[in-house]
Amino acid sequence: MEILLVALIGLLYAGGVYLILRRSLLKFIIGIIFLSNATNLLVFISAGIVHGKPAFVTGGDADPSSMADPLPQALVLTAIVIGFGIVIFTLALKSKFYSVTDKDDSDEIKETDI
Amino acid sequence: MTEIVLPILLPFALIILLVFIRKVNYAKWIGIIGSALIAIVAIYIFINTLNNGVLVLYVGGWKAPYGITLVVDMLSGIMLVVTSFLVLSISIYAYHFIKNNKQFSRFFLFFFALIMGVNGTFVTGDIFNFYVWLEVIMLSSFVLITMGSEKKQLEGGIKYMALNLIASLFFLAGIGLLYGKTGTLNMAHLAKILTNDQQSLFMNTSAMLFFIALGIKAAIFPLFFWLPASYHTANITVTSLFAGILTKVGVYAFIRLFTLFFVQDAYFWHNLLLISAGFTMVIGGMAASIQYDVRRILSYHIISQIGYMIMGLGIYTPLAIAGAIFFTVHNMIAKTNTFLVSGIMNKLKGTFDLKSMGSLLKEQPLLAVLFIIPAFALAGIPPLSGFFAKFILIKSGIEDGHYVIIAIAVLTSLLTLYSMIKIWSEAFLKKQPDDITIPNSKPIRFTVFIPSIMLALGSVLLGVFAASFFDLTMEAARQLMEPSEYINAVLGADVK
Repeated sequence: MEILLVALIGLLYAGGVYLILRRSLLKFIIGIIFLSNATNLLVFISAGIVHGKPAFVTGGDADPSSMADPLPQALVLTAIVIGFGIVIFTLALKSKFYSVTDKDDSDEIKETDI
Repeated sequence: MTEIVLPILLPFALIILLVFIRKVNYAKWIGIIGSALIAIVAIYIFINTLNNGVLVLYVGGWKAPYGITLVVDMLSGIMLVVTSFLVLSISIYAYHFIKNNKQFSRFFLFFFALIMGVNGTFVTGDIFNFYVWLEVIMLSSFVLITMGSEKKQLEGGIKYMALNLIASLFFLAGIGLLYGKTGTLNMAHLAKILTNDQQSLFMNTSAMLFFIALGIKAAIFPLFFWLPASYHTANITVTSLFAGILTKVGVYAFIRLFTLFFVQDAYFWHNLLLISAGFTMVIGGMAASIQYDVRRILSYHIISQIGYMIMGLGIYTPLAIAGAIFFTVHNMIAKTNTFLVSGIMNKLKGTFDLKSMGSLLKEQPLLAVLFIIPAFALAGIPPLSGFFAKFILIKSGIEDGHYVIIAIAVLTSLLTLYSMIKIWSEAFLKKQPDDITIPNSKPIRFTVFIPSIMLALGSVLLGVFAASFFDLTMEAARQLMEPSEYINAVLGADVK
């Protein structure tokens, strides 16, 4: 299971890097979504995958080494929520920028550079 | 010790209050009063740290290393006080420079969101919590930098956003790998695990991800290109705020992480820091000297000065760290002040372009004095703060035998002086060009100068009382170089 996820992370990173190097701003944003999902998965598997053993303790002794680590899951939830907010903001900024300048090509936005 | 949550809670309460305030004029007064309250809280916490050592708060009663811990040591205390001082002066400045129209009606809401994030990074003792505060800073700064919705601002905003998003992804990936290797997120616990860890190559992957993420945030050499492309587009109040505080959060994180737990493979990391510091100084300084827009000169200048702080970290002796902290504080005050002055210049002349300015010395002698103090402080002329900051850094470098970087630092000072003299001679000494007509502006009131006077006094006092402030930074550096005090305060003696 882990090896599949690792391959998926690699694929998402590759796709994301390809997309953020495109000239279109919209593709850049899609690339950021890819990269942020890849990063979320990376955090998620950082503690390993444990099948069918959620970290619920119902009285008595419990062996923590056999259970899934709940912390990366909590971290990923936080990161996903933050990611949502940021993607919404970038899309809003992009649409505002497009409505003001009619430009979507990052080669054409060089006005604020040197 | 519950007071150390106040630098976060107080801005949060102000945000909630400001949601209901629709009139910009009321918001401005709430901004000034709120900033004053934050400053009082920061000073109170700082005095407490001075008397009692490292302050720790276990949020929600969850003991370290399980819950989120807030920690204030000397470095955090100093940063909190200086930031709140800047915030107070900028909120007064905003009274005159934020327009009373609808677009800026939410300025103070995001202003305090930014302050909440910045204070959060200074007090947190948990690496994931640190990431969350960075995101808070990032989102509110996106809104602030595009506030006004002019074409240039949106364009600058997109460039700013693009690189900062990538930085935060790097940071999160670094946290993921770090947690996978150590199984903890508490910074003190990480320090305890990693100081005894000899598998340095194993840690370097995470450290490099953090290095790149923080390098983008702090704008060091190969990663700074977002800064000069975006800072000069925003409203001058926003630019002053960002110039003083945002990149310094990156520097703070560098100092914190690379003294607390990324201490393996020191030879590689310190040389990498020194090399990027050298390039940062020179390239920032040279790029500043070819510009003619005041804000662009000052923006490149921010980058050049970041190099000195990173250099202090790279030399890595207690004296050098103390110098880096001294330099950071001096730079935050002086740099913000130059931006505030450039805003006043723009108000008088209607432009930021040096070629169409002139005669300011004759027209506004007070403004000339207010410019010359931070400019000389940045260039390092005694008895102002910059001289002592650079003196400490250079002394520590010579003691440790880093002659090349010291030579670069001294030469960069000349570049700094050059670009400051350029602003001085073009805007203040030169006669106003005849062919440029100034849009007739109202005569400015004395209150416009107050924030700038506050910061100029700060630069002067930091120079006059350099010895006592140096003792404080030395104490901060000692705490950083011997992290056992920090670790024991957070974990107690019994956690493995």
